[in-house]
Amino acid sequence: MLSRISQFGARLLRENRAASYLPNSRSSYYRGQFSQHFAPAKNTLFSTTSNHDEDPQDKDKISVTFVNKDGTEQTISIPVGMSILEAAHENDIELEGACEGSLACSTCHVIVMDVKDYNKLEDPTDEENDMLDLAFGLTETSRLGCQVIAKPELDGMRVALPAATRNFAVDGFVPKPH
Amino acid sequence: MGRERLLHHATRRLLLLLPRSRGFSSSAGAAASSREPLHVCVVGSGPAGFYTADKMLKGHEEAQVDIIDRLPTPFGLVRSGVAPDHPETKIVVNQFSRVAANGRCSFYGNVTVGSDVSVSELQKIYDVVVLAYGAESDRSLGIPGEDLRGIHSAREFVWWYNGHPDMCNLAPDLQSTDSAVVLGQGNVALDVARILLRCTSELAATDIADYAFDALRGNTIRKVYLVGRRGPVQAACTAKELREILGLKNVRVCIKEADLVTSTADEEEIRNSRIQRRVYELLSKAATAHKGNISNDQKELHFVFFRRPIRFLPAEDGSTVDVVQLEKTCLKDGVAGKQVAVGTGEFEDLKCGLVLKSIGYKSLPVEGLPFDNYRGVVPNLKGRVLSSESENGTVESGLYVVGWLKRGPTGIVATNLHCAEETVAGILEDDKKGLFMGPGSKKQGRRGLLEILEQKNIRFVPLDGWEKIDSKEKTAGQLKNKPREKITTWDDLLMAAN
Repeated sequence: MLSRISQFGARLLRENRAASYLPNSRSSYYRGQFSQHFAPAKNTLFSTTSNHDEDPQDKDKISVTFVNKDGTEQTISIPVGMSILEAAHENDIELEGACEGSLACSTCHVIVMDVKDYNKLEDPTDEENDMLDLAFGLTETSRLGCQVIAKPELDGMRVALPAATRNFAVDGFVPKPH
Repeated sequence: MGRERLLHHATRRLLLLLPRSRGFSSSAGAAASSREPLHVCVVGSGPAGFYTADKMLKGHEEAQVDIIDRLPTPFGLVRSGVAPDHPETKIVVNQFSRVAANGRCSFYGNVTVGSDVSVSELQKIYDVVVLAYGAESDRSLGIPGEDLRGIHSAREFVWWYNGHPDMCNLAPDLQSTDSAVVLGQGNVALDVARILLRCTSELAATDIADYAFDALRGNTIRKVYLVGRRGPVQAACTAKELREILGLKNVRVCIKEADLVTSTADEEEIRNSRIQRRVYELLSKAATAHKGNISNDQKELHFVFFRRPIRFLPAEDGSTVDVVQLEKTCLKDGVAGKQVAVGTGEFEDLKCGLVLKSIGYKSLPVEGLPFDNYRGVVPNLKGRVLSSESENGTVESGLYVVGWLKRGPTGIVATNLHCAEETVAGILEDDKKGLFMGPGSKKQGRRGLLEILEQKNIRFVPLDGWEKIDSKEKTAGQLKNKPREKITTWDDLLMAAN
């Protein structure tokens, strides 16, 4: 009985979190939410179907792989609408975020490893480009993690954390430092 | 980040609860508990100091980090350098506060290394001493008249409007002139120009020091000149700040089209640098956009290129600046990235009553620390302090440097992140090599520091002392719709900390 309740509770929490990460206007979405572990429930979705453990993978979540500076990899599941910076922090990936997503720093800089994924992203705004100007180890497929919002087309995307001596070719593409 | 630490604490408590049986070797717990603590002292609590503490705590399970600052308040230039109208740049203090609150980290404010405690005393009580105290002085022009009243370094002016207790009495005269000249075209130059030109109503809800807000409200300055030795392609500012100042309300921007002409070397510099290219484009657009828009109640921002200051001339009173004499320059040596400005022998006078020199900060030497007077840094190799800058310099054991004191006074907050990673990598490497072990090397760390401070009767400010200051400032700020009302004198700060 207790385990049923706790399972239900866990599912409630998961669904609340997934629901509240609906796509919002980019800049206001992230601000102020960073320090909370759970965002306030906005549209609470309750499922009345059977209590199974897996969430539907395709529509709400995508899979993204982070390649750390030392080459090790971590694959995580990100709800559609969440920025990869916030997802990284929720999964203890060492991506810095000094300004907590307010486009005032470049510490969440990531390198999108496949140019096809890079092209699926909306163009960076002037404000993002201003911050990318200052990013350490900038490449042609660099973006700020706080501005990359998970969407279904990005499922399987691989991003690398920049390092001073990064030197790799993925899918034949070699990023050139600026 | 908080989550990591939570897990760490939880795991430790769990390990303590598990019965320790002599016959069995326990798991990872044994390795952690048999290691000696690594006592680390970080001198300076700005971004360099805090990123170092952060990486040190993450990189070494037994590191105990003490952060010392000569001010009662932490965070260095994030508090006293970042402009009041750039609050998003200050958000990083949230991360730094979490580091300071870590169980293995302690903050000691109002402790001056070099007078309250010496570097060698620190070396006796800590395994690792990291100097992160930045650059609290200025480069000087070395030209006649530099001591006239009305001439300040940008650092002094910035500390003044940010309520730094060393500059709260600067009292710059903003009411006896309509023209201010800023020498330099980097981001700090743009900051001071912008604060002078901004409608003060836009500053009302910021954390600007109250006396500065009052002085700016009554200021008579209508024209600000940003003067650079070289051209727009070499301007040291960056796109975000430039975009912001070019878009200021009620300010007409004046840029001479003739200054925008580029040489082959300029073109190459533009091609090689994304930052330079975008800055040049912004300046070009601004030159054409503002042509012919003359309105009397507008303030003016002039970008003056290819001019270097030769001397300052006083007004009739003989003691206040009235004119800066400039010499026209041109770029020599046509090598991209190395173009140098040389005088052409043509001079012109620029009338002004306020001069702010924004030509670079400079670090101060401290006794017991090798210092490279020419570069203004502590000689080092990737953060390991060297005994001298010459080829014969040897590595000083246990002594490291990070931030502006290591690299020179350039870069943004985030630059210190990578700088700290490099220095901490060196420390961890040295630790693995056993450099901090050896006979008689067991250090006292925090206990030793507290003993010294007690012996010398130093009234240090611990983290909760800063938290009291922080809370009082925020409460006072709420009454005026400001994020905080800064406490700006030494006495008031120390009182608030108790």
